[in-house]
Amino acid sequence: MGSLSRIGLAAWCVWLAAGALGASPIDGFDFPDAATAERYQALLSEFRCPKCLNESIASSGAPIAVDLRRTVRRLMTAGAGDDEIRAHLRARYGDFVLYDPPLGPGTWALWFAPLALAGVGVAVLVRAGLRRRAASLTERERERVARLLDEAP
Amino acid sequence: MHRLLPLAAFVVLAGILYLGFTLRDPTLLPSALVGQPFPEFDLPTLGDPPGRATRADVAGDVRLVNVWATWCPTCLAEHGELMRIRRATGLSIVGVNYKDDPAEARAWLARHGDPYDFNVVDLAGDLGVDLGVYGAPETFLVDAGGTIRYKRVGEVNGRVWREEIAPVLAEIGTPGDG
Repeated sequence: MGSLSRIGLAAWCVWLAAGALGASPIDGFDFPDAATAERYQALLSEFRCPKCLNESIASSGAPIAVDLRRTVRRLMTAGAGDDEIRAHLRARYGDFVLYDPPLGPGTWALWFAPLALAGVGVAVLVRAGLRRRAASLTERERERVARLLDEAP
Repeated sequence: MHRLLPLAAFVVLAGILYLGFTLRDPTLLPSALVGQPFPEFDLPTLGDPPGRATRADVAGDVRLVNVWATWCPTCLAEHGELMRIRRATGLSIVGVNYKDDPAEARAWLARHGDPYDFNVVDLAGDLGVDLGVYGAPETFLVDAGGTIRYKRVGEVNGRVWREEIAPVLAEIGTPGDG
């Protein structure tokens, strides 16, 4: 391997490592301890970014996600509990912002439609199975059917 | 009956999918703030030199609160309608200049006209978060008690004024014809 290509390879490795480093911290925020950082990350992944429809505010680069991350940090620093933080965001952005929306009149369809569909599927399978069993007669039953039909006037 | 089952299934499925077309824009979220008090804030105004504005400056009269920015093309598109509303009805309009450059915002208003009684400067977007804003423009109708009565995400145009804002205004008890 020539020295030039070796330098190139080294530069490439540094570039990769920098990319990985650049991707990990969010908004350059320092936490007092690892547990707080973990709690922060866990909370962020619970909230849907209102602008991007299907991305959590943990990973989104949208300005509104940056604002919501800042809001979560501010509430955490002020000593708010997880439920308080959830309620805070929900009061402003509605159920949409929660990836685990509460059960209520507006979300009944969301929670129960899959169950109802599974129920329909099971009903169809059971019916088909019953019909198939009814359709297959034993040899003795077949003879009896033939006899009965012969006897019929 | 069994022969009709696939047809029935198709009709039901087609009906559900058709309903999907009649849904409003999926990017429009129902506002959690309608019926809630306008949030507290204490922020600079867009004046030169800037003053301060708080919730008390917004509550106390029926107003439109319009979240806008110079970087937002739709804000320019709706600007003419805001100018018309202000001129034709005298309805008070307060601006929230959202994540913008105040100097550019002042120049923008000088160029396109200023329908606002005053503008609140929300550089960081914190008032925006308290208002459940996730883009611009967004427009709120606030009653004299400081309660949010209506919210519009996106452009305010003549149709939105006639079909959505004017009826709520009439309900609140201010003549909304214009």
